[in-house]
Amino acid sequence: MTVASPIIGAGRPVAAPTIRGTVSRRRRAAGAVVLLGLVVLVWEGAKWLGGDPWRIHGTVLGIRVDYEHFPAFNWRIADDLSLPHVWDVIRAFVDPAQRNGPPLGLILAGQALFTFREALTGFAFGGLLGLGLGILFVHSRLAERALVPYVVASQTIPILAISPIIVVATQAGWLSVAIISAYLTFFPVTIGALRGLRAADPRAFELLRSYAASGRQVLRQLRLPASVPYLFAAFRIAAAASVIGAIIGELPSGISDGLGSAILNYNQYYILGPEKLWATIIACSFVGIAFVGLVRLAESLLTRGRYRPVDR
Amino acid sequence: MTRSSPLSSWLPALLLAVVVLALWEGASIVLGLQTFLLPRPSLIVGKLVELWPSTLARGIAFTASEALVGLVTGVACGTLVGLATARWRTARETLVPIGIGASTVPIIAFAPITINWFGPESMLPRVIIVAVMVFFPTMVNTIRGLTQVEPAALELMSSYAATDRQTLMKLRVPNALPFWFTALRIAMTLSVIGAVVGEFFGGPLYSLGIYITNQTGVSDYASAWAAIVLACFLGIAFYFAAILLERLLVPWYAAREAAR
Amino acid sequence: MNAAAGSASPHVVETHGVGKVFETGDAAVTALDGIDLTIRSGEFVSLIGPSGCGKSTLLRIIGDLTDPSGGELRVNGKSARQARLDRDYGMVFQAPVLMDWRNVASNIELPLEVMGFPREDRARRSAALVKLVELEGFEGKHPWQLSGGMQQRVAIARALAFDPKLLLMDEPFGALDEMTRERMNLEVMRIWRETGTTIVFVTHSIPEAVFLSTRVVVMSARPGRISRVVDVDLPQPRTVDTREEPRYFSLVTTVREALRAHLVDTEPLDDLGDARIRAEGIS
Repeated sequence: MTVASPIIGAGRPVAAPTIRGTVSRRRRAAGAVVLLGLVVLVWEGAKWLGGDPWRIHGTVLGIRVDYEHFPAFNWRIADDLSLPHVWDVIRAFVDPAQRNGPPLGLILAGQALFTFREALTGFAFGGLLGLGLGILFVHSRLAERALVPYVVASQTIPILAISPIIVVATQAGWLSVAIISAYLTFFPVTIGALRGLRAADPRAFELLRSYAASGRQVLRQLRLPASVPYLFAAFRIAAAASVIGAIIGELPSGISDGLGSAILNYNQYYILGPEKLWATIIACSFVGIAFVGLVRLAESLLTRGRYRPVDR
Repeated sequence: MTRSSPLSSWLPALLLAVVVLALWEGASIVLGLQTFLLPRPSLIVGKLVELWPSTLARGIAFTASEALVGLVTGVACGTLVGLATARWRTARETLVPIGIGASTVPIIAFAPITINWFGPESMLPRVIIVAVMVFFPTMVNTIRGLTQVEPAALELMSSYAATDRQTLMKLRVPNALPFWFTALRIAMTLSVIGAVVGEFFGGPLYSLGIYITNQTGVSDYASAWAAIVLACFLGIAFYFAAILLERLLVPWYAAREAAR
Repeated sequence: MNAAAGSASPHVVETHGVGKVFETGDAAVTALDGIDLTIRSGEFVSLIGPSGCGKSTLLRIIGDLTDPSGGELRVNGKSARQARLDRDYGMVFQAPVLMDWRNVASNIELPLEVMGFPREDRARRSAALVKLVELEGFEGKHPWQLSGGMQQRVAIARALAFDPKLLLMDEPFGALDEMTRERMNLEVMRIWRETGTTIVFVTHSIPEAVFLSTRVVVMSARPGRISRVVDVDLPQPRTVDTREEPRYFSLVTTVREALRAHLVDTEPLDDLGDARIRAEGIS
């Protein structure tokens, strides 16, 4: 996770944001699959070596499976309570969360949607605020000098530590969660906007100057279009941060919806079903990946053919 | 943004903070505002002094240790993995996207699991979370720094018939240092967030994260704020430690950026 | 001619039928074809030609930065690779390629460090070179604190630091303005005279080539071939006044016509036209 990360990396040697080519996509997917496979391998490998006894009896794809295995070691973190089998976690999505209730997967999907709504609201507010600040800063040297240090400082403090109080103070349920989410969102967008709005070729500024273009025209015709790749790079970071903000914001909120509260809930009843907590955390990861994926999708739809593609 | 001299660029901001605090304090007293959720600064400072010996000193020591141990572990692992894999194209072209992709996963959500593994009283659950959080940006930036070298510079080294080791030590590593320090700044901030937020899911009663949630729960906001102030202080201290270390180890970098 | 560095062959560079084919996807582009070139010790040879004539490629092949696809190449009587391993080459690129984390003196000392020169030797050499390229007082400056011309002078000093037998310069002044460029030309002339190093120099500029060289190798594109070699018999040492001499102008004209003649003569030829279309289809 990168809460508002490149933050502080702004203006420093991070790779220049680029409109992605499609070349690396296949490789990325392959890498992700390999990594996932490795994680499962290590996971089950640990359980095979030092977990609880394996007793697998059932029918898989019409084939009767009877497998028993007694691991040689006894590791606390590999037992079925600490590290449920991968298939148990997957099955948890399908099995009802409570007797005769809907399957956990369906419940989690609802919670995920709730959290996503908070994150999206926070993302929208934070994104607008960030863009607004960026535009303000490129036009007012004074505002930049006075406020940018605060913008940077705002991210060095663990803002999430204040989330309990923000939630109590605003008493607005999911909206207060969105506020925390917005706080994490605005920073990367501010920095991205600040860089992007200045990214255009200096000669292009001089060209517009020679046309006696107004400040607003320069903004519309040059600064904003030039900033798009930078903004999307910032949006990707901001999207991930907004999901983190939403999940963490839910913890002290006392609202019963959302993945954060689901984590608290299944954490409390961990002994009754450890795989439910694991499933919830996987759902959290999924929301993060999905949101960033949506931003990428929007990016490729809006920028394709308009910006110089760069293959990485 | 001004990176040239941190003191002069941060001084106006500091002054502004002092002014705001003074106004806030003054307004609370003069207007007699009931600032329940946001007590006036003197009350918070009072609480801080009062609670320091009994709980807060222990709390900040505990939380800071978690952050620091996790940070060192994660940064060390990230750097080593970066150093070990940057050489192979396939490895780095697989690892860098994964490292970037990992930033979309809310790793902090795994805190309950690690707490279930090692128990809330142990530092280990948060240390692991912090280490994993800082590992990825460190690895990605290490690999980038080692590989995003000017091709002509590599040819130059080749024209000297430099060994791989010499190219690594004289070109790639110095080139990677600014990238690495960027990662360190990110990691420093992440480590404090990871430690404090990791404690929200469980930890010893005196740890800052638990203390903040508990005091908020019983509406003792002055005490909660005292702990929050400490957490913020920790975050800022870590951040400036990263800057200081950078100034000491790569002085040329700040000078070059200032010249631009 | 200057001393032949004690080697049996006075030829620093000898190529026979050197060619280079770049494979790009489904087609191949012949960048260089049948290059026969002999460069004697102490010569200053310029390679000039239109874009895509392979002059930089030829320089890079001589410097063992690129492998030739065919032909024979000897540098100081050895293979190019052996010559590189023996540290026979000083390279200067179009960009100065200085290390930002090193100051002027330690940038100049970089090759000496790589080659294991003792510390005192390094300091002595870099001091002498700083003087040679007239950068006294700037030893402690970092690259970003220098002008483009100064940076390029550091790059030249660095290339000379270990007394390479052969200096390869790839459009070193291409990024500089005309005035700085002419001044740098004079400086290169002086350095060449003082060090006696053999220099192979790639350039786009006809006046620069004529002013600096003892021989100008004119190349044509698609495929890259040597179309003419012009001996420059201007007297040494060359000075500001050299550029005013009638002989200088007539040599400039000769080189210009050699470059143009080839373009006019060969353009209508069918086979070359095809090659050109193919090459452009790929690039």
